[in-house]
Amino acid sequence: MDNKIMVPEPERMQALFREAAGSLTLGNNGHFSALRNEAMQTFSRLGYPNRRQEAWKYTDLEAALQVPYRIQLIPSEERADASKIFQCEIHNFETYLFSLLNGSYVWEHSPVSVLPDGTVVGSLRAAALQYPELFAHHYGKYADIRNGALEALNTAFAMDGIFIWVPDGVEVEKPIQMVNIVNLKENVFIQPRNLIIIGKNAKLTLVHCDDSVQHQKNFTNAVTEFIIGENSELDYYKLQNKDDDATLINNNYFHLSDYSRLTSNTLTYNGGLIRNESKVKIDGSGAEANLYGLYLMDRKQHVDNRVFVDHAKPHSVSNELYKGIIDDDASAAFYGHILVQRDAQQTNAYQNNRNITLTDRARVETNPFLEIYADDVKCSHGATVGQLDQDALFYLKSRGICDRNARMLLMYAFAAEIAGKITIPALRVRTEEMIEKRLKGELSICDQCVLHCKDQPEFRIDMSLV
Amino acid sequence: MASDETNNILDEVTTGEYKYGFFTEVETETIPPGLSEETIRIISEKKMEPEWLLEFRLKAYRKWLTMPEPKWAHLQIPPIDFQEIIYYAAPKPKKELTSLDEVDPELLDTFNRLGISLDEQKRLSGVAVDAVFDSVSVKTTFSETLAREGIIFCSFSEAVQNHPELVKQYLGTVVPYADNYFAALNSAVFSDGSFCYIPKGVKCPVELSTYFRINAANTGQFERTLIVADEGAYVSYMEGCTAPMRDENQLHAAIVEIVAMKDAEVKYSTVQNWYPGDKEGKGGIYNFVTKRGLCKGERSRISWTQVETGSAITWKYPSCILMGDHSVGEFYSVAVTNNHQQADTGTKMIHLGKNTRSTIISKGISAGKSNNSYRGLVRVAKNAVNARNFSQCDSLLLGSQCGAHTFPYIRTENNTSIIEHEATTSKISDDQLFYCNQRGIDTESAIGLIVNGYAREVLNHLPMEFAVEAQKLLAISLEGSVG
Repeated sequence: MDNKIMVPEPERMQALFREAAGSLTLGNNGHFSALRNEAMQTFSRLGYPNRRQEAWKYTDLEAALQVPYRIQLIPSEERADASKIFQCEIHNFETYLFSLLNGSYVWEHSPVSVLPDGTVVGSLRAAALQYPELFAHHYGKYADIRNGALEALNTAFAMDGIFIWVPDGVEVEKPIQMVNIVNLKENVFIQPRNLIIIGKNAKLTLVHCDDSVQHQKNFTNAVTEFIIGENSELDYYKLQNKDDDATLINNNYFHLSDYSRLTSNTLTYNGGLIRNESKVKIDGSGAEANLYGLYLMDRKQHVDNRVFVDHAKPHSVSNELYKGIIDDDASAAFYGHILVQRDAQQTNAYQNNRNITLTDRARVETNPFLEIYADDVKCSHGATVGQLDQDALFYLKSRGICDRNARMLLMYAFAAEIAGKITIPALRVRTEEMIEKRLKGELSICDQCVLHCKDQPEFRIDMSLV
Repeated sequence: MASDETNNILDEVTTGEYKYGFFTEVETETIPPGLSEETIRIISEKKMEPEWLLEFRLKAYRKWLTMPEPKWAHLQIPPIDFQEIIYYAAPKPKKELTSLDEVDPELLDTFNRLGISLDEQKRLSGVAVDAVFDSVSVKTTFSETLAREGIIFCSFSEAVQNHPELVKQYLGTVVPYADNYFAALNSAVFSDGSFCYIPKGVKCPVELSTYFRINAANTGQFERTLIVADEGAYVSYMEGCTAPMRDENQLHAAIVEIVAMKDAEVKYSTVQNWYPGDKEGKGGIYNFVTKRGLCKGERSRISWTQVETGSAITWKYPSCILMGDHSVGEFYSVAVTNNHQQADTGTKMIHLGKNTRSTIISKGISAGKSNNSYRGLVRVAKNAVNARNFSQCDSLLLGSQCGAHTFPYIRTENNTSIIEHEATTSKISDDQLFYCNQRGIDTESAIGLIVNGYAREVLNHLPMEFAVEAQKLLAISLEGSVG
């Protein structure tokens, strides 16, 4: 079975699925073939999402789906050292680095590594063979393949991705960094599938980066399932710095048990079309979920952040804060949905989305929804779309700061609130730098050419003053 | 509040269920149930309508046949058999009425029991009333006084006969016949309603009011209201609705269209108290209403105030299209649901003109096993420079079996507008209740007190007569929701 080059139309994907059925295996004895078939049926029924559907009103995949892609079916067996193909630019950032290259797990010595504390990190394919029980217990249990067309498509074709298992009582000392790189000289369609399992009383800090190197069209349809065990903690960072030709669909499913804590930071600096879907199921009492997001979009970029928090058990807390600065012709959509189920009494849920638009062509759509069936709750939400505060701008200018710098400072302060939530110092410093660079327009320009680099007046922000 | 008044309200709270749930023995003229082009022709013929109006109805009907029932609202709508409904029911005998004396005494009695004695109101309160009984307007008071000012306030059918050019000019301009499923249905079968035209520069001296009542069994009420305020005009318009208690569900699908020209102001207040069904959720009115105002001219202003306590199902989004520069749209709403009631209500503010402003204050109160949703859209188009919106949608939950939901949609396409939305959901805190109890106020009254305080911001925008009624309604609607 070869990797095909074609437009990923639903009919052709179905044909491809039938053709490849024999070689699509995960684990022993084709364990998941029933799941795959069910997923493919869902996809056949639903097709790709389109703008006539409420959930996809603001994000149009049509153009991205007209392009012929190389459909990455079979993971490449190429061996390499992850640290050789990906050079993290963050200084003093000590992590365990693992990487997916064009959707396949990259390894040199062994497809599954065991860290000194017993944490297992490796290729999804290999782990499915080594840990069949864990897989049978968790794999495909959380992602919604009955209603989500893209989740179903991913499940039907899923072959590789990253697997992490933090056993009970283990606190992973260094952050684990998983990098999803797309680097191919042709258009590529990849569907990584990740499974992150955290046992009881455990702790994991996970940094998940999306990067693309070549300026080729690429379509990523990723699904990640996170299982956070009792009294465990996940600190999750998602960094997205893709080129304008990238289409990235991220479906994250978080499953929280009793007294577990989730902190998720989604930082989007660049990317053609990005959709981050986070579905948090609070299935334990006393659990806490904090979801933060920052998006800085310009040119014709589009980002769509969707957060669904399902409070199914009592005494839980959720907190959402998403902030964005939208420049040029860019557009941003936010959809937040808090569901408090009938028995989830004593729930506190907060949701906030703030946007600044810089041009009259930038567009923002925001839908902060609350759906509440329990009475002993405190829930609130807020959303704003506006511009920089004119009074604050005047204040700065009256103190001799030029208009450009005053604006920059205000935007920086607006964005830095999210950066301040980052608990890894090296990453926070780097994020602050990235925000600064991004606001000055250097990040995207450096990307394409070096000529404009120096004609901007030098302006440094002293963090200690902010 | 004076202690007498408090006692009265408390009395009513403790005695009353749905006090408007009586049925009046008035002979009615109905046509057989069922909906077809034939039905529409009959209605049109009975009302001696001109050809163009029949065409309008038929176009709407044909469009309606092709439309699916909307499913997007957060409502469980049992299937409605549109062939079971009687589309025309009029009190008999239907003859020209010139004074109140000629109105059927049974009917007058009905209105008296509703607390809107036409006679009384005519003399004392100076409110002009157009009462719509089942689907036909029975009496419009104060017509002569209004006529002196050049104001036209009459039933829709009269307007079609006497002012066809005005009706033709504005009908369907704000809510087109193909707007949505229920608007198309209404456009096809609407039987009567009110028409109001305020000429240039006239401030309407009295508050105009319409009372709607569904009486006959199995009838649907499809009224249509059209209000046009010409340049510099002002009018305050009130609408009230009641229905008898019946086991089966009844359908109400209305349209309200408002046009405000340059510098005009229209204030539209509703106290909706259709029969909500019994404690088990049996019966009640299905209320599917399309209300929309067009701020056509510069500096025009439309304000919607609604108190929604009735109906088994409410599906209603009074909206403003802010087309004229500097125009203002306002929406104040209190929606109460109890027992098995469901409400999905809110507003749309569409900013098209420059420097347009809108305010949304929505207070939802859910009790029993009910579900109450706010659904709203604030849209700022590209050319709506300096548009400003503030929205606040609060929900109060009384009881652990109910639901309160908020679905706001915000879309902006320019960088000079400022939009703020905030919402909270909570229950009445034990501290507040304890404070009241400790001062000798029992829990039920305390809830009434707190809820009234919570809704005050909206009730303050109601005309005086309505505000008192609305307060009582709030208390009655929530009765039995404690514990």
